[in-house]
Amino acid sequence: MRTILFTALALAALPAAAQDTAGRNLAAPCAICHGTEGRSATKDSPLIPLAGLPRDHIATQMRAFRDGRRPASVMHQIAKGYTDPQIDAIAGWFAAQKR
Amino acid sequence: MIRRDFLKIAGAAAGAGALAGLAGCASTVPSKARVVVIGGGFGGATAAKYIRMWAPSVDVVLIERQSEFVSCPISNLVLAGYSTMQDITIGYDGLNRHGVQVVRDEAVGIDAAKKTVRLASGEDIGYERLVVSPGIDFNFGEVQGYEAAMQAGRVLHAWKAGPQTEALRRQLLDMRDGGVVVLSIPLAPYRCPPGPYERASMIAAYLKQAKPRSKLLVLDANPDVTSKGGLFKAAWKDLYPGILEYRGNAKAVGVDAATMTVKLEVEDVKGDVLNIVPPHRAGDIAQKAGLITTNNRWCDVDWRSMESTKVPGIHVLGDATLSAAAMPKSGSMANNHAKIAAAAIIETLNGRAPADPKILNTCYSFVSQKEAIRVSSVHQWDAVKGTLLTVPGSGGVSAARSEAEGTFAWNWARTIWADSLA
Repeated sequence: MRTILFTALALAALPAAAQDTAGRNLAAPCAICHGTEGRSATKDSPLIPLAGLPRDHIATQMRAFRDGRRPASVMHQIAKGYTDPQIDAIAGWFAAQKR
Repeated sequence: MIRRDFLKIAGAAAGAGALAGLAGCASTVPSKARVVVIGGGFGGATAAKYIRMWAPSVDVVLIERQSEFVSCPISNLVLAGYSTMQDITIGYDGLNRHGVQVVRDEAVGIDAAKKTVRLASGEDIGYERLVVSPGIDFNFGEVQGYEAAMQAGRVLHAWKAGPQTEALRRQLLDMRDGGVVVLSIPLAPYRCPPGPYERASMIAAYLKQAKPRSKLLVLDANPDVTSKGGLFKAAWKDLYPGILEYRGNAKAVGVDAATMTVKLEVEDVKGDVLNIVPPHRAGDIAQKAGLITTNNRWCDVDWRSMESTKVPGIHVLGDATLSAAAMPKSGSMANNHAKIAAAAIIETLNGRAPADPKILNTCYSFVSQKEAIRVSSVHQWDAVKGTLLTVPGSGGVSAARSEAEGTFAWNWARTIWADSLA
């Protein structure tokens, strides 16, 4: 009884529809260097903010890091951990964030 | 103060059920889902923030005994005078702005059947899901004489950033030129695998600059440097010859404060400053709540949700967990554990199964005032093994130490502080 009641309330309270939770979850770890939701945490960050960058640009750069076509300090090693669909999901999610 | 915070929570929850829950009657269904988070470090703070960000209708209460967060990352630079306590100290106002109710108190017990947390102040708080991110506590008993020596102020670990960080800095400042600093490292696993070697670098840098006739003796219980070994050893050889001496397989088993002696298994070593880091285990509240599963030290979790394998409804984060293969106990990992837990808790509250997680680690270590080195790894759910495993071919360490890596290290620190707390 308690569980049923609670679930009904939770469903009413948490409109999860239309949320790209797969992209969100894959992109969330990036925030430790790139900032929450891809927005820089500091004014003098050496990294370009990812929020609102074009999806294709992010995906292309990730593949270039992964395949060794773009030199990097760390991203070449991290990008190798992601498949093409995962890269596309991450890129799509950052592209959809407000700058 | 605490009372006022609770009333605010009750007001936000706007229901008699919530009020009854706050009075300790946890069987009453709250009108809104409430997640309670114990511990405001990298894990707990991030979990609290991200649950509020991703599900603003969930009430989140964070219980933290300290008034401010003090970062272990960068605290080694404070020892050398390259950073300050002020730099590494951050308030919890950022979490308030996300609607997290930060309660300054200590969780002293958990009743998993009733779903309540007992606070030192005597209050009980009811929860739907509980996050326990307790960090580490120490097995002082494994180094004979440690607690007495620490109480006397003669030996410090400074492995939780805070008063001991300042005290160790003061001891280094007060030491005569020509003195010996002893840094003792426990057997892995411990918090922050490269941390002791960064500390060795920072102490050596300080001695080189301010007390060049002095020496740092690094006594490592492990057979060799446990993280970024090649990079650390190259830096020590280039930068601190004659100052930093490293010994592997040198486990401290006792300390004598009267004679300032560290007892190893086969010999005794004297020092002017004794920085002995004792072996760790999951923080006290994990022990009290029966969350420890392994070697009497660590808490095993289901990595898809961070839920305890032992106590349902409780998610354990950070250094307290029984680490998955090749997973360091680091601030980056705790922050990432929190995101797994946040997503899984929201899915669970909605009656859905959590998604398979994929997270990453990046840890920087300074080897001089400006130069740093790094290690990274990507960890994904493996359904066959039922755990997180590193992705083959991914991850690695810096090509070489550099000032550029130092710039990225500072960016990492400021960014993860903000991602966790702002």
